[in-house]
Amino acid sequence: MGVYEVLQIIIPSAIFFAAPLIFTALGGVFSERSGVVNIGLEGLMVIGAFVSVVFNLTFADRFGELTPWLALIVAMVVGAIFSLLHAVASITFRADQVVSGVAINFLALGLSLFLVKKMYGKGQTDQIQVGFDKIDVPVLSHIPVIGPLFFSNTYIPSYIAIIFAFVAWYVIYKTPFGLRLRAVGEHPMAADTMGINVTKMRYIAVMISGALGGIGGAVYATIISRDFSHATISGHGFMALAAMIFGKWHPIGAMGAALFFGLAQSLSIVGQSIPFLKNVPTVYLLIAPYVLTILALAGFIGRAEAPKALGTPYIKGKR
Amino acid sequence: MSSSRLTNFLVPVLAVLLGVLVGSIVMLVSGYDPIAGYSALLYGAFGDNYYIGETIRQTTPYILAGLAVAFAFRTGLFNIGVEGQLIIGWLASVWVGVAFDLPKVIHLPLAILAAAVAGALWAFIPGFLKAHFKVHEVIITIMMNYIALHVSNAIIRSVLSNQGFKSEKIHETASLQSEFLQSITDYSTLHYGIIVAVIGAIIMWFLLEKTTKGYELRAVGFNQHASHYAGMNVKRNIILAMVISGAFAGVAGAMEGLGTFGNISVKAGFTGIGFDGIAVALIGGNNAFGILLSALLFGALKVGALEMPSSADVPTELVDIVIALIIFFVASSYLIRLLLSRFKKEGK
Repeated sequence: MGVYEVLQIIIPSAIFFAAPLIFTALGGVFSERSGVVNIGLEGLMVIGAFVSVVFNLTFADRFGELTPWLALIVAMVVGAIFSLLHAVASITFRADQVVSGVAINFLALGLSLFLVKKMYGKGQTDQIQVGFDKIDVPVLSHIPVIGPLFFSNTYIPSYIAIIFAFVAWYVIYKTPFGLRLRAVGEHPMAADTMGINVTKMRYIAVMISGALGGIGGAVYATIISRDFSHATISGHGFMALAAMIFGKWHPIGAMGAALFFGLAQSLSIVGQSIPFLKNVPTVYLLIAPYVLTILALAGFIGRAEAPKALGTPYIKGKR
Repeated sequence: MSSSRLTNFLVPVLAVLLGVLVGSIVMLVSGYDPIAGYSALLYGAFGDNYYIGETIRQTTPYILAGLAVAFAFRTGLFNIGVEGQLIIGWLASVWVGVAFDLPKVIHLPLAILAAAVAGALWAFIPGFLKAHFKVHEVIITIMMNYIALHVSNAIIRSVLSNQGFKSEKIHETASLQSEFLQSITDYSTLHYGIIVAVIGAIIMWFLLEKTTKGYELRAVGFNQHASHYAGMNVKRNIILAMVISGAFAGVAGAMEGLGTFGNISVKAGFTGIGFDGIAVALIGGNNAFGILLSALLFGALKVGALEMPSSADVPTELVDIVIALIIFFVASSYLIRLLLSRFKKEGK
């Protein structure tokens, strides 16, 4: 097997595994840039996966090919609403943001499994019948060498994820909204003095992270697992969190890290069919994202600086 | 303020009550009978000797996991990595239990010690990084959890078994299992671990409240700068706090390895005990005695839940919802404190 054939297996599957991580990691960027720690990304993905699968199973007959897209939108909305719990607890009631995130994770899994048992009488849903189609991107897929690697035989949500990372970059770094968002996360008191509503900004940021986490979970469930059970989302939210940190709280960096983690994930699965990877124990690939994140944080791979006010509730008038 | 002590006691109690209340609303809304649900839960936790035995068995690792989280909290650290330290401790205890042939008086303590050391080493890494590189321990410990999960699975497959899914059973000399405790509880899986857990609680209380080192650790947790000016070695104290917390977590793993299961299997996901430990510590007010009570509460919730599907038709996950709600309410204690102070003012 030549290098090109190997790449033809690895690259599409890396993009395939990265899509849910990119969405969720971008959600994390919004929330944490505003100063709110979001460990609940895992739970938000769980909710997104659950909602999208249930929607898909229930309405596949009525909406046909449109179903997975509508499911994404519904998952996005429900994710945003669910994240309000985290917002209320950690912004208004000044709860410890990490503890509140842990509660989000517990609640998401408990509630969705409770409802699955209530609705289907068993711990796991059926397989969904209508998913996204694999496409070849017009024009681009005909480029020699690169075309078949990057633009053939992949799912549209993967491209949306990558495009969205650039949109997020534009929003955070080039718009007044983004400037306010970052100001609130670095120095909320200064931002407040300049007339920015800190509470409102943080609520919006947390809800964006809920929406994106919901999409991430929905994409994972629709493309990769195709059903919902207790093990559907197992650590992907935390891996997205890791991608966000590895990407230094920057949208493009987070996307790059998510693609890289997607690559590690895909290698741990397809690695067995690739000659020179066959002898590498999969455990190294499985732990790679986490080890790299620790190294990045410790400053071995460039210093990762968190937003200054991350994790501290803003109390008006307190110095 | 003498009433602050009362408030500290009332906050967790109210959080539990609110959690149970909202849980019953969830049951009502989804068409179940909350009274039947909660009676099934109570019966499943304390209904007869067997259930009591199971509840105490479940309480055992919860106590130690709660102590681990609480010890870190008291010293100003948030150890979310209890889950990973617990898995590594479990692995180490089973490894020692399988690999050696020793008399029980040496073998059993050695296996528990191995678990404590393994957990402590796993927690040393985030402690070291926090102390020397100022890296937040929450993120590192989360990452360490996943590394622990995958590494322990790999070791179980390639070292403790021949590409199998579980290790051999530990030798009798390293086991915490007890015919006596099983026979008085209608052959539940109750084991001597509960004694280890209670001793752990006493050690934590003594260490934090009665020793100079414990005072130092708490001081560093309160105010690093003040401690530094007072001549304490802040970095070493941070690492020490993390290591002790990890040791408790490792011993919690030994309870599963040497007591409940007697071996270790490849895991698809986390045990959840480490994460539940966060709830145990919060409800227990981060003090040793409170943790004994809250661990019992969570042990009863988890074991009692198993009875709910058969006798009240309620899915066991209801209990996970209730636990999540309790964590929310404790975390939002600002809300409860606000309500309490309003209530008091109106009372006057």
